[in-house]
Amino acid sequence: MTEIFEGLKAAIWLIVTFDADLYEIALRSLYVTITAVIFSSVIGLPLGSYLALRRFRRRRLVVALLNALMGLPPVVVGLIVYLMLSRSGPFGVFGLLFTPTAMIIAQVVIITPLVASIAHQAIRELWAEYHDLLISLNATRGQRMRTLLWDGRRALLTASLAGFGRGIGEVGAIMIVGGNIDHVTRVLTTAIALETGKGDFALALGLGFVLIFLAVAINLLIHRISGTEVHGRW
Amino acid sequence: MVGSIFPVEIADVTVRKRGQALLDGISLSLAPQGITIVMGPNGAGKSTLLKALHGMERLNGGHIQWSQPKSVTQKRQAFVFQTPILMRRPVIDNVAYPLTLRGVSSAEAREKARQWLERVKLGPAAHQHAAELSGGERQKMALARALIGEPELLFLDEPCANLDGRATREIEELLLVANADGTRIIMATHDMGQARRLADDVVFLNKAKLLEHADAQAFFESPTTPQAQAFLKGEIVE
Ligand SMILES: Nc1ncnc2c1ncn2[C@@H]1O[C@H](COP(=O)(O)OP(=O)(O)OP(=O)(O)O)[C@@H](O)[C@H]1O
Ligand SMILES: [Mg+2]
Repeated sequence: MTEIFEGLKAAIWLIVTFDADLYEIALRSLYVTITAVIFSSVIGLPLGSYLALRRFRRRRLVVALLNALMGLPPVVVGLIVYLMLSRSGPFGVFGLLFTPTAMIIAQVVIITPLVASIAHQAIRELWAEYHDLLISLNATRGQRMRTLLWDGRRALLTASLAGFGRGIGEVGAIMIVGGNIDHVTRVLTTAIALETGKGDFALALGLGFVLIFLAVAINLLIHRISGTEVHGRW
Repeated sequence: MVGSIFPVEIADVTVRKRGQALLDGISLSLAPQGITIVMGPNGAGKSTLLKALHGMERLNGGHIQWSQPKSVTQKRQAFVFQTPILMRRPVIDNVAYPLTLRGVSSAEAREKARQWLERVKLGPAAHQHAAELSGGERQKMALARALIGEPELLFLDEPCANLDGRATREIEELLLVANADGTRIIMATHDMGQARRLADDVVFLNKAKLLEHADAQAFFESPTTPQAQAFLKGEIVE
């Protein structure tokens, strides 16, 4: 109990004293994950919607693959991205290993299947609801697509938020490809792992509270902006 | 109007799903005016018949031939489904939706939607979210959405199933007005009183088969099949 209390105290202390390291680490966490979520959404939302709306031969296979990718352990993704980006790997010439960009790439790989899968599920449900109406009104393929994406926009936003949740708390992959280098690639989760390893539980917990606070704050902010709380129905 | 979708030829229509016949050899001739009521016990095939006529069922036999090509025909028809389909939008945008699909500007579509909402007495709910409406209000919204496109033919699948007496009367009045303005109506209902009030002719289905198609008066006064006689007496139809 005292450790949690100490952690809370440490967190408040870090925040109210505008601890420069803490802000730097927190901002880097946000930068990495938000950038990854943007890329993942750009890829995953259209992909998921497409899979929900178009029938093609290998659709089932792609959906199954997506669900399998969703369960990939982040450390394995980290390892693969590491091998790709390491000096002897195919993308070694870009010198990206141990940079925030490498962490973003790893997170995009982890988050995209999740975003696509949730988007797929959501749009498929909406299509089932709207099917008879859209067919009856003779909506063209393009009109159907636009209607479903527009009316499903909140569900799509949820998919992105789920991606953010997965990314901001992820440690395995970014530890491997980022290396947890102070002032370069250290983020909240890797810092927590480090402090815990060193036995500084108060600081680790303090960082943990900051992490939770960030995740909740971002979710609330987005809901506020999109007005989901007001309208209730997704 | 550029040429009516009537007359329609409905010959030997059969719809099967999972080996079971939902419609079995239905032939019908429908007059270009009036209100046709489709009756029959649960599972008789009423909804399936309406959807088939609307071009939403794949036929396993027979044919339905309207006097206009399929694309034109479906645009001149509207369908109110047994359970109202709610779009995740405000009520007014639900009603305006068919017009926006046709390329009407959103301002004009909303203005018309507002007028229709007044007519179905949903004016005050215009800016609520559709999911907030009561069961009866949802059905009125679906009716307004169907009528806004001024269809030549309107299908209704038990549109008053959840409505109280007053709301049912309101809808019936709207349907009579629409019909007087030239909208042909084909409607499935379980409500015997409603059928008597509205029907010009009655189609009676049982177990996927057409048992009777007659003038309303003839059907209610002297049904010819024992099944229809039993149905009208409120007995269980075998
Ligand atoms: N997609 C489907 N696959 C298999 N059977 C179906 C399907 N759709 C409907 N049926 C069956 O077809 C029969 C007729 O259905 P339909 O909905 O036309 O009946 P209905 O006369 O409208 O009944 P109700 O009064 O309950 O609305 C029912 O027995 C139903 O179970
Ligand atoms: Mg039915």
